[in-house]
Amino acid sequence: MDKAKPFPLLADYATAGFFDEMFGRDGNVCPHYHKLRDAFTYLDHDEFQTRRRSVDLAFLRQGVTFNVYGDSRGAERVFPFDLVPRIIPASEWEVLERGLTQRITALNLFLHDIYHEQRILKDGTIPGHYVLSGKHFRREFVNFSVPKNIYIHVCGTDLIRDDKGNYLVLEDNGRCPSGVSYVLENRRAMKRTFRGMFENIGVRPVDHYPQELLKMLQFIAPAGIPDPTVVLLTPGAYNSAYFEHTYLARQMGIEIVEGRDLQVTDDRVYMRTTKGLKPVHVIYRRIDDDFLDPTVFRRDSMLGVPGLVRAYRAGNVSLANSIGTGIADDKVMYYFVPRIIKYYLDQEPILPNVPTYLANEEADLAYILDHLDQLVVKAANESGGYGMLMGPQASKAEIEEFRQKIIATPRNYIAQPLIRLSQHPTFVDDRFEGRHIDLRPFILSGEKTVIVPGGLTRVALRKGSFVVNSSQGGGSKDTWVLYGDS
Amino acid sequence: MLSRVANSLYWMARYLERAENVARILDVNLQLSLDFRSLDPVEVQNHWLPILDCTGDQDAFRAQHKHITAAAVTEFMVFDQQNPNSIVSSICQARENARTVRDQISVESWEQLNRLYLFAIAPAARHMWASSPSDFFNEVKSTSLLLIGLSETTHIHNEGWLFSQFGRFIERADKTSRILDVRTHTLPARGLPKTVNQTAALEWSAVLRSASAWDAFKTLYGADVHPRNVAGLLLFNEDFPRSIRVCVEQLNATLRRISGVAEGRYSNDAEKLAGRLTAELRFGTVEEVFAVGLHEYLDQLQAKLNTIGDAVFSIYISHAFNDSETAFVQQEEKQQQARIF
Repeated sequence: MDKAKPFPLLADYATAGFFDEMFGRDGNVCPHYHKLRDAFTYLDHDEFQTRRRSVDLAFLRQGVTFNVYGDSRGAERVFPFDLVPRIIPASEWEVLERGLTQRITALNLFLHDIYHEQRILKDGTIPGHYVLSGKHFRREFVNFSVPKNIYIHVCGTDLIRDDKGNYLVLEDNGRCPSGVSYVLENRRAMKRTFRGMFENIGVRPVDHYPQELLKMLQFIAPAGIPDPTVVLLTPGAYNSAYFEHTYLARQMGIEIVEGRDLQVTDDRVYMRTTKGLKPVHVIYRRIDDDFLDPTVFRRDSMLGVPGLVRAYRAGNVSLANSIGTGIADDKVMYYFVPRIIKYYLDQEPILPNVPTYLANEEADLAYILDHLDQLVVKAANESGGYGMLMGPQASKAEIEEFRQKIIATPRNYIAQPLIRLSQHPTFVDDRFEGRHIDLRPFILSGEKTVIVPGGLTRVALRKGSFVVNSSQGGGSKDTWVLYGDS
Repeated sequence: MLSRVANSLYWMARYLERAENVARILDVNLQLSLDFRSLDPVEVQNHWLPILDCTGDQDAFRAQHKHITAAAVTEFMVFDQQNPNSIVSSICQARENARTVRDQISVESWEQLNRLYLFAIAPAARHMWASSPSDFFNEVKSTSLLLIGLSETTHIHNEGWLFSQFGRFIERADKTSRILDVRTHTLPARGLPKTVNQTAALEWSAVLRSASAWDAFKTLYGADVHPRNVAGLLLFNEDFPRSIRVCVEQLNATLRRISGVAEGRYSNDAEKLAGRLTAELRFGTVEEVFAVGLHEYLDQLQAKLNTIGDAVFSIYISHAFNDSETAFVQQEEKQQQARIF
């Protein structure tokens, strides 16, 4: 029998002028991908396809799925998973880790400041109106002190790489970022599918995330409670991230509760159990501020708990994340993060932002309106790839629609040049092709800052697409941070 | 244990037990109808009507179907998702309840239940059903039994588990009573039948098979099937696990493990009612049953089981439920944060 040709999966692979994670700029396989390349040498597409199918089937059986909105039958989909892992060498991760730690530290100081003295506003480093007009600034919580002064306990910061390979921060998700369950499940699936590879390659583990999360939640418990009861508050089984909520609760060994399971009596929170009421001390809430407490925020909220905010104010229950962190997710605040880092830490940002224009600034507005066909325009308080204009790919009508919106409410818009995201070999049809990716590490702020190595690598599965969101045809990859650099 | 979680575990087990029982009843009676090969519509109707009553859905069936035929009844009881008690609906509801409390059940159980659900809603289930109904029913029955085994061997036997056990036993007791009721229309209103012809014997053995009791019956009474003994086994036998007595003893014991109150005493209505029913079944006799009429007796029994279920709900569960479900679901879906990812 003829010896099979090596690398059948990589035949005709093209980097197409993008920064490719596996094939550096010189077109050769980067050192940190050597062992993976060796492991894939004789893997052909039939074999790969078989493994991929078995992983998909396992996800479906385990119910590792997300719910599709607007489908009353509760349709569930498997989040597409690509079996080619994304690899980050140790030295690169070390920089990311420092950069993310620096950023979350500054953001927590910033939130504390704007909810207390507002020094950064008073001395004009950030124009006060930007904060005070923020949709998610909770003026009710000015002068309220949160436990241990931590506002963002769990942060999912989106990182991208440009066509030179520079890491850039795309956005901070400081409310209730989801996706970490896929980090853990993707790793499990990879270990089942390519068991041998892990022994050779030296990949740092991720599966301690739930323990770290629990440790953080216990750390922020109200003072004087030796053995605090921690619960996870979910909007319920119809929420698209419900799988993640049960997954994390199970891994941490805590109760998963819905608003209707909780009640507040004398400013203390209790859960309704078969043996009566049981006190609750820390709530890892996966519900937005707006829905938390109908007596304070949205009155029509049935997901929340009447009186919860009073209990929180009284210091009888701790929340993660704190109320009011959404202001840090405001894309206008994002613009100011490099200044925020400089202001509180007196350091240069280790991880730069994408260049950003504020439609509310006159000079920027003129530039934005003149270059709409070249820019990406984003609504300040949307996420998940919604409320966005991709100028270079948009129709004239879409551009005009956004022009009117921007002129009407400039505070609500920012614009950025289109970043040509790095690409990664991805299994498409019967071979590997380059697809664009980003990275969402999950940062925990408790007694110290903990970042589980790697994070969720999202991949835009549509050829040429730069949009990685799950709602827009995105999938994910396992992310390997190596112990070394090769 | 959260009341809502206890409620979901209870319904998960209950719906699964329901799917298994309906599968057994249909499997046996489809085979039985092959033996008769009757084309007379009245006889076909007499055969299937009591089976429809097993899940108490005759009215819903008649609203959809003009004639009672084997095809219409089995479609209604197997696949019809409008019918909340069809096999497929029961599996969907068991799985939906499990999904809301996934953190409470073992990975092994969840994967099997999810597999059954994916099977039941896929076209493959209909193909299997069309080529061999027995294979289809076996899939449902054996997965249910596997899940019972997994619950026994992979779950912590804590309070939540006890609520699922309670759900299973009350459903099993109810279904055994309904299976036993399937041929009571052939009996005199009161007293025992004088003779049992061959057709009747076949029908009563189908009743036994529907409760997986055929082998047990032969061991105890031989091959001669008389309704007196069928009722004796399914109502009062102290060793057969699907007899109503054993189911009620188990659910009574389960309630007492939940509260920690010893037998012979009670701390709430559910325990009092369950204790009383246990005593009735321990010390009752077949003669008394036939004196009031088997059908009448079973009717009363089912009412008593319902009362016990209601009492448990109001003691342990109901204080947690007081909002409008529909508005609630819409809001969950609208909730913005879910889209961040």
